[in-house]
Amino acid sequence: MSHTPPFRLARGGRLIDRAFQVPFRFDGRHLRGLQGDSLASALLANGQMLMGRSFKYHRPRGPIASGAEEPNALFGLGQGGRFEPNQRATTTALLPGMMLRSQNCWPSLDADIGAVNSWLSPIFPAGFYYKTFIHPRPFWKHVFEPIIRHSAGLGRAPTDPDPDRYEQAYAHVDTVVVGGGIAGLLAAQRAADQGGSVLVLEQTAIWGGRTPVDHPGGQARIDDLLADLRGRGNVTLRRNTMATGLYDHGYLLAREALADHDPNQGIPRQRLWRIRAGHVVTATGALERPLAFACNDVPGVMLASAVRDMIVDYGVAPGQRVVVVTNNDDAYRTALIAADAGLEVSVIDARRTADGDLPQAARARNIPVLMNTGIAKVKGGRHVEGVVLCDAEGEGKATGGIDCDVVAMSGGWSPVVHLWSHCGGKLTWDEPQAMFRPNPERPPLGADGQGNVSATGAANGDLRCAGDLERAEQPTMPVWCMPRNAPYKLRSKMWLDFQNDVKVSDVELAAREGYASVEHTKRYTTLGMATDQGKVSNINGLAVLSKALNQPIPQTGTTTFRPPYTPLTLATIAADARGEAFQPLRKTPMHDWHARNGASWEPVGHWRRPYCYPKGGEDRHAAVNREILAVRRGVGTLDASTLGKILVKGPDAGRFLDMMYTNMMSTLPVGKCRYGLMCSENGFLMDDGVVVRLTEDSWLCHTTTGGADRIHGHMEDWLQCEWWDWQVYTANLTEQYAQIAIAGPKAREVLERLPGSIDLSQDALPFMTWAEGDIAGIPARVYRISFSGELSYEIAVPTSRGLELWERLHEAGRDLGITPYGTEAMHVMRAEKGFIMIGDETDGTIIPQDLGLGWAISKKKTDYLGKRAQSRSHMKDRSRWQLVGLESLDGRVIPDGAYAVDEGVNPNGQRKTQGRVTSSYHSPTLDRPIAMALVRHGTERMGQVIEFPMPSGEVLKGRICDPVFYDKEGARLNG
Amino acid sequence: MLILTCPYCGVKAEETELQPGGEAHLKRVGPAGSDDEFEDYMFARKNAKGVHFERWRHAYGCGKWFLAARDTATLQVYGTYSAQTPHPPARIVAAIRDVHPDWQPDWTETAGADAE
Amino acid sequence: MAEALATVTRVDGLGMISIRADLARAGEAIADAAGLALPDMTRITTDGSRWLGWMSPDELLLILPAQDHREAQTALEQALAGEHALVADVSDLRAVFDVIGPHADDVIAKLSPADLAAMPADGLRRSRAAQTAAGFWRVEGGFRVFGFRSTADYLHLILRNAAIPGSQLAPR
Repeated sequence: MSHTPPFRLARGGRLIDRAFQVPFRFDGRHLRGLQGDSLASALLANGQMLMGRSFKYHRPRGPIASGAEEPNALFGLGQGGRFEPNQRATTTALLPGMMLRSQNCWPSLDADIGAVNSWLSPIFPAGFYYKTFIHPRPFWKHVFEPIIRHSAGLGRAPTDPDPDRYEQAYAHVDTVVVGGGIAGLLAAQRAADQGGSVLVLEQTAIWGGRTPVDHPGGQARIDDLLADLRGRGNVTLRRNTMATGLYDHGYLLAREALADHDPNQGIPRQRLWRIRAGHVVTATGALERPLAFACNDVPGVMLASAVRDMIVDYGVAPGQRVVVVTNNDDAYRTALIAADAGLEVSVIDARRTADGDLPQAARARNIPVLMNTGIAKVKGGRHVEGVVLCDAEGEGKATGGIDCDVVAMSGGWSPVVHLWSHCGGKLTWDEPQAMFRPNPERPPLGADGQGNVSATGAANGDLRCAGDLERAEQPTMPVWCMPRNAPYKLRSKMWLDFQNDVKVSDVELAAREGYASVEHTKRYTTLGMATDQGKVSNINGLAVLSKALNQPIPQTGTTTFRPPYTPLTLATIAADARGEAFQPLRKTPMHDWHARNGASWEPVGHWRRPYCYPKGGEDRHAAVNREILAVRRGVGTLDASTLGKILVKGPDAGRFLDMMYTNMMSTLPVGKCRYGLMCSENGFLMDDGVVVRLTEDSWLCHTTTGGADRIHGHMEDWLQCEWWDWQVYTANLTEQYAQIAIAGPKAREVLERLPGSIDLSQDALPFMTWAEGDIAGIPARVYRISFSGELSYEIAVPTSRGLELWERLHEAGRDLGITPYGTEAMHVMRAEKGFIMIGDETDGTIIPQDLGLGWAISKKKTDYLGKRAQSRSHMKDRSRWQLVGLESLDGRVIPDGAYAVDEGVNPNGQRKTQGRVTSSYHSPTLDRPIAMALVRHGTERMGQVIEFPMPSGEVLKGRICDPVFYDKEGARLNG
Repeated sequence: MLILTCPYCGVKAEETELQPGGEAHLKRVGPAGSDDEFEDYMFARKNAKGVHFERWRHAYGCGKWFLAARDTATLQVYGTYSAQTPHPPARIVAAIRDVHPDWQPDWTETAGADAE
Repeated sequence: MAEALATVTRVDGLGMISIRADLARAGEAIADAAGLALPDMTRITTDGSRWLGWMSPDELLLILPAQDHREAQTALEQALAGEHALVADVSDLRAVFDVIGPHADDVIAKLSPADLAAMPADGLRRSRAAQTAAGFWRVEGGFRVFGFRSTADYLHLILRNAAIPGSQLAPR
């Protein structure tokens, strides 16, 4: 056994508290960690290096990193609604009782059947799916796709609702510093000196970044900086907050973890910050790059920085015998720290010389250092057993070997440029350091056109940003393939993307097959498409691609960096907008009455309107029929409060309304009502409603329920932007008034039973007039208008009195069988009368003339919105479909939206059409189906039969008729 | 997400408080206009990459429509101004020329255009 | 159990009158009729029982005890006689909440994109609270928030959710 305990070192571990043991479960096994452990350190302390399986080949995987870039050590955490897949072991704090489940393996992590894919890897190269499953075509849908879908995806989505609370908050800050390492804290100090507000965000719970681990005396320096910043009134330090994305005009999103560690304390688990930053400083550090050598994916091969983090932060030795393989000086820190911890260490350096302070210190400690040497191959299957050495510049011929259980690799460092890049910041290739870093000449721009982001420290390519704590270092030597001239056999075992199993040979294959663009290569090979989004693999992959394409790296460029920096759970994005708070629900003052009386709701915009009120065992259809008959035979009430009510007032109000409506509104006498149509400037019908002349200079315009805000905005648009010299004021009074329609032959009788000051008689208040006074002691306006064809009044009262009037009407009409009716009864009754409904008979392409509403278009007016548009040839085309009624020949309801076919076929081989059904109902009043339809030449074709083929193959037939099915002469309007 | 300052109330509003209204300074063509003129007014939009004038309504605020001069490529805002302005005022033109010295307006600049 | 960040209380019994007019010409007359000083742009004036808020360049909102509103409306109509103006009773159009407590700012900051630090003590900010239109001004110990009456339940709920104990915005 190469991998031997003890894994927890006898001393060290700056983040752990050895006094507190933390029990947890991993795939059912009971394990113990220490307070302060990450999941990764706790598992390593238990000797558990195997933490996952790769996605494609199901290769065994151990952690390679210690931070957010970790691609391998991903677990399903928690249970039930709190289950979360793909949680990184390296960034998740260990909590008592935690349940970890391994992913992408079956039946278990140790004995995973999918690992057979790994033996078959020679037949699963890049593009395998594209090439293999394309023929025969039908197989894709019925055979290949279901199988692939079954095995696709990493982790399983939870099925229960998330029981936790989430929230969001806005912040407005002069300078946001992203990153709480030494560069970020120094930047915060500088920004704070300028006097503006400063917010520092640190993604982890710990301030200081790498400095306390990498530099003796580093912790003290960080502590001093923190003390200084905490003493300043203009600085806010926020930990556990990850900046996920930067957007236009300094809009920065960040996620604060508030109660990830204690979900039961009743506070929101996470908070999404929406920050407006005057300036953003990215102090996001750098990520260490792996080296590409054969079998670099065997568990136990880790980034050098991760190995020393485990030792320093958690007192955990990933192994007892460490081989450090590097192309730079920084990795010698790992050698020194491992030696200090009592581990056996040797260093393999690909460079010819290494005489910086750190290599010299290593040699002084008698750590073996082999120069110009590389790893030809890692030995071991489920765990590192040793390395085969070779000439770094050669073809991999073995020059020796070292038995070891950990390989600490370092291929140099890449600045974290994500935030810089999200909003347009450009990068520049830094050849000496072999890295892309922010190009200060081309930063993201703010609203003023000036750069609003600056990068600092390692994020800016300044890897040695700890000032006098730094030691002299020699340059990094780029190593993209180890050994340099490795043959295919080795290159096909060099992993670039550890989660998605993309190897050096796969990228080379893509290049050979013509994928010259880095974005195409990414998608073809899936390089960088894993949950870490290429944090570990990106630069190495680019370098390999560039070499294969025989072009310099900057010419290849990078793929696009897109937010979020690390995955963001959807619950955090939704924040408080769930359950009752998902969306505003608009309620009329009678809403609770409707609910108490069994309303079955219909959403109309954000309103909920009663569709009908089922009673007893009634279904909705039966309830609608009952409500219609109750109105037609007696009396019913409709809550019409949602209708838009816009007051238009001023010396030019009449002239203005003449432009807004197709009708003439300026001539409407005071005391009268008129049905009006409103068209867009493009000629199409957009809204309708009754306009009321209140006084000499004021009109009240009713709109559809959904149209109130839109039409008010439309009016203000024309007043403010076109006719701004006209003297008109508008006010949207929709919510000031509750409105009740009382309709039916007994409507007047009920209304007259209530005490009031308004004469409701036919003579005093004829159809299309209105009166003001009080009803049942409530100040009211009564409009004698009808959408049902019955004797009908609409009564507007202050919203706070709406329920009172509704209840008084129901008391007064109880013995007459007064019945509340919903929107569907309203719809059916208006269709029985041939009245159009915006959204049913109109769809944004219909002009009033199509609907037989030419009578509502003023011939006298020289202009109105839509008039010019309606004079275009296509609008005047006599073959436009026209509104007609339809009678079903066999008594079945012709479905709403059904198309009437015509002779012949169109160029797609489909039947030509000559019309479609716009409204279709069973009329309880007539006890037969009724429908309205738009039909070519419809009004000239009365009595003709047209055909509606159904998906079932059946053909329904309808006879064209007048759209007014009921009470053509309008006698019922007067009761 | 953009920030625009409403010229009517001085509030620095973010995009979610605003309603977009498309291209600014369109000239309405009424019943007297020809088909071509009407088509141009109704449908022809500039879709500029670069300097662009557009309409916004401070919908979650004072309710006023205003106009903004903005660069659609860099998202720089050259300024916001009253909707009751036939052409962008001189200060807006100057702000644009600070960045694009050769930029030419597509209207005839007159002294009256300075009024706001 | 920690305290809520602020208490959220529905305020009833207020009358409201919307006034639209040319404020440069008629503003002082309106203010006289309302019995308050004319507010500057985006400000609100008060005498402790009435408030006169600047809503837009040609709109003011008078908020006052409900029992006074009819008299005030008449006074305003008289003051504006002969002017092109609109005076409308909007007492039932809105819902009003008081958000009072040590962390009332945090409650507003969770719901509105408005920059509270940029809002003067006598400021009236019209904005939104989550997905609904809302305006607010500072009162003793917190904010008075108004929104549309139809979404009163929603507004009440999101204000209470934003105020749950232990959820203050200060770093922890």
